[in-house]
Amino acid sequence: MLTRADFAAIAPILIVTLSACFVLVAEAIRRRGEWMPHGALGVIGLGGAIVTSALQWDQQHIGFGVIIADNYALFFNIAICGMGVLTILLSSGTAVRDRLPEGEYYALVLFSTAGMMMMGSTRDLLVVFIALEIMSLGVYILTAIKRTSLAGAEAGFKYFVLGGFSSAFFVYGIALVYAVTGTTRLDDLGRMVATQSLDPNVLLVLAMIFLIVGFAFKVSAVPFHMWAPDAYQGAPTLVTGFMSTAVKAAAFAAFARVFLSALEPLRAEWVPILTAIAGLTMILGTVVGVAQTSVKRMLAYSSIAHAGYVLVALVAANATGKAAILFYLVAYAVTNLGAFGVLAALATNDRPHDDVRDFAGLGRERPGLAAVLTVFLLSLGGFPPTVGFVAKWYVFSAAVQANLIALAVLGVLTSVVAVFFYLRIVVMMYMAPERAPNHRPAVPAVALAGLLVALVVVFYLGVLPGRLLALAADSVAAIF
Amino acid sequence: MTLPLLTLLVLVPLAGGVAVLLVGRGRDGAARRLALGVAVVTFAASLALWAFFDAGSADYQFVERYTWLPDFGISYHVGVDGISLFLVILTTFLTPIALLCSWDSIGDRVREFSFFMLALEAAMIGVFVSLDLFLFYLFWDAMLIPMYFLIGVWGYDRRIYAAIKFMLYTMAGSVLMLVAIIWLAYHHESAVGVLSFDLAHLMALNVPATLQTWLFLAFAVAFAIKVPLFPFHTWLPDAHVEAPTAGSVILAGVLLKMGTYGLLRFAFPLFPEAALAFAPYLAILAIVGIVYGALVAMVQPDLKKLVAYSSVSHLGFVVLGLCAMNINGVQGAVFQMLAHGVSTGGLFLIVGMLSDRRHTRLIAEFGGLKAAMPQLVAAFLVITLASIALPGLNGFVGEFLILLGSFHGLFDPARAPYYTAVAATGVILSAVYMLWMFQRVNYGPLENPKNRGLGDLTLREWVVIAPICAAAIGMGVVPGAFLRPMEPAVRRVVQDVAGPRAMNAARPTAVPAVDRPPDGDGPASGSTGRVAGSGGGR
Repeated sequence: MLTRADFAAIAPILIVTLSACFVLVAEAIRRRGEWMPHGALGVIGLGGAIVTSALQWDQQHIGFGVIIADNYALFFNIAICGMGVLTILLSSGTAVRDRLPEGEYYALVLFSTAGMMMMGSTRDLLVVFIALEIMSLGVYILTAIKRTSLAGAEAGFKYFVLGGFSSAFFVYGIALVYAVTGTTRLDDLGRMVATQSLDPNVLLVLAMIFLIVGFAFKVSAVPFHMWAPDAYQGAPTLVTGFMSTAVKAAAFAAFARVFLSALEPLRAEWVPILTAIAGLTMILGTVVGVAQTSVKRMLAYSSIAHAGYVLVALVAANATGKAAILFYLVAYAVTNLGAFGVLAALATNDRPHDDVRDFAGLGRERPGLAAVLTVFLLSLGGFPPTVGFVAKWYVFSAAVQANLIALAVLGVLTSVVAVFFYLRIVVMMYMAPERAPNHRPAVPAVALAGLLVALVVVFYLGVLPGRLLALAADSVAAIF
Repeated sequence: MTLPLLTLLVLVPLAGGVAVLLVGRGRDGAARRLALGVAVVTFAASLALWAFFDAGSADYQFVERYTWLPDFGISYHVGVDGISLFLVILTTFLTPIALLCSWDSIGDRVREFSFFMLALEAAMIGVFVSLDLFLFYLFWDAMLIPMYFLIGVWGYDRRIYAAIKFMLYTMAGSVLMLVAIIWLAYHHESAVGVLSFDLAHLMALNVPATLQTWLFLAFAVAFAIKVPLFPFHTWLPDAHVEAPTAGSVILAGVLLKMGTYGLLRFAFPLFPEAALAFAPYLAILAIVGIVYGALVAMVQPDLKKLVAYSSVSHLGFVVLGLCAMNINGVQGAVFQMLAHGVSTGGLFLIVGMLSDRRHTRLIAEFGGLKAAMPQLVAAFLVITLASIALPGLNGFVGEFLILLGSFHGLFDPARAPYYTAVAATGVILSAVYMLWMFQRVNYGPLENPKNRGLGDLTLREWVVIAPICAAAIGMGVVPGAFLRPMEPAVRRVVQDVAGPRAMNAARPTAVPAVDRPPDGDGPASGSTGRVAGSGGGR
């Protein structure tokens, strides 16, 4: 029986899925050479999902017993759809220029977005797995969507094989959980675990470790990050942007929900593991990032490092930390999508514009674009008055409040290392000797609008973060 | 007074900078004039600050306070006292001069240059007026970006290396301070029940000794790198040598003072017990810096490097005065910050003028300039003498008061005279390296043919250098005009830092810092007596 509550809970996901279907139909009825507003259809669907989610605030609908539209889920719905909108805006023009199959591209972005929204709104481990696969399948294909690109095919293949491997771990973890407790529902599981938290079952701890492996792979945390640099470098630029922000946000949404609700009683077991992972992730992401010359690869390592900062907030797991996870993911997503948007605007099909040296003289040739990229890089580096500073401050506040001083100190020190490689691009753009004119392509108007939106958000949230901070705190307060 | 003067002082340069960016491409002259106009207006506004400042009060004035992030106890809280007032004026005084000195030498990307100069001014003023630690850190960190660009884009040959070194070095220190700030705020929460980043609230806190040690170290390292205190000084010569003249002027004139200002405003009063415990070590480092900086300056072949190392030496005096923690020492330190800003700013301007003419800064390339450029050499002489603390010029007042204070320095009262004796050799050494340099550059026969046809000061250069000379002389002749308004604030700081130590013997619990009467005579100052008001005047 489909009740109103069932329907309400899945409505945002349904809207996005439907819009993806519309995009596919539009592609099917498209005559050769005809233009179809795929992107616009997607933006309408995502916009609808955002509005629907906003209207459901504070209502807590539960659908089919396994999908829950609490504020936490709605926050992620809105954030992920926002990332989707930004991705589509920035892709406009560059997708055509890179000769990507537009219909499939936008449809896959939307389908995987639907999967991501599900990741944030499940209350059952099996549904987490289904959502994970919906999300991942779309992204695997997107990685390799440029059929003529060898690097893209390699990236997609690696991502798929390693991703399948990690999914297997994840399913095995779920199976063990079921074997021990007889349930996969998070709320039942939480109660079961709580009763035996003083002497936890070995199998349950093993299951928890397997779940950590699965999630750590998706958020690209060390030592399960191996796929990320290759996949990020080989994928079309905006797919990389989408992957490094939305996928990460969705994976963290489920990660935090599972570990802060159902597995919360096992805190003593998982805190040391996640602390080690967080520390290693921050160190490796920044130190190896310094050695890169490919900008996309560098941003891949930066993305690994940022996963480490979010993990710090997850380990802290106090009220500040829980809200900091949400705030950080949004801040990082806006900034990183903006940065990838600029990269995508600079590259053409035959000229990648990916080596650091390609950026020489950009400050003079394209001052506006260079300035925008500089702002995004400074925000990634955590400088005020951008959102990156507030996000880092928030995460380290959570760590200090939880008395994780060592982790906070490690975090700030690695962020200084990271500044070094962000600044390398700035050095190239403004300070390096210029080379022959580069004939960089013009930025499509819609993509420019997308960049401006990201820029405004980066500064707005950098100066007046209060409302989003309150919203993030409100979202986590209800459930954990 | 309802006009939000301090906010305007931050916003006017920032808005002006953005306006400069909007000037049409190719209209460099207009961009230059607009930027200069904005800087002059800001300077005028800061003079209004001085005019309406109540010199008799130790309280923060022109206070503005708006809640910003109420859940975190963060507010936009600004105000000035007698210490920060003059540092703000120093900033607004040097910025138009720096803009004017780069009128001809910066021909590339003028709009961006002017924007970064004005943005830097806004951030520096923000640092000096912030009374909330979050706000302070925000300005402190934001300030690095324009300076990084100024060095990296408009600097000399090794500018990229110098810019990155400057950035990473100063950041590495300041991020630890960020952790310490957050830690302190959460300590406030656990002690009082509410989170707060407000300086006054945090100063009222009684921080346990071990925590004080850690937090003080985090703050002190951040500030020591900025000062720069020996052995954290290695970024400074690189940054100075590679920076364009305007960058050097601001760097030496204002940026370095942020380190000493931070020690005085935050590190010492927030953690008084740790500060007094570490004061002997800081004083020793300061004295090593005084002597080491002077000795290294002596052997520099490059004019800019010589001035850079002289800054290490002069700022050692400032730190020594702060460590003395009595009225004379601290007042001398604050005065010396201003004096050093003026005289070293002036030296960099002169070096810049020579380098504009000859495209070299090697002392060996010059000689006998007095014959070619009598006016420039005259100005050079005034500033050189100011820098070596000739009585009647600004450098004397500060160094004299510092040595006076250090003689009874609280860092080690028994052996303070010996410390002072060693530090005083720095005064002699500074005369040696400055006068020797001056002699090699300006006197003797004019042998190098390239120096023969050099033109003297232009009208623009007169406008640049005359205010510096006037300030150097004015501050030396009537130091009271500066010392009097800063005295109540200095008294308050000394009371806050040194007060509890003496009181702890009688009363186990320290009186919260904010409740103490501002005019209470500190036990440290009672024995030294007051000479400050008329110290250098005659």
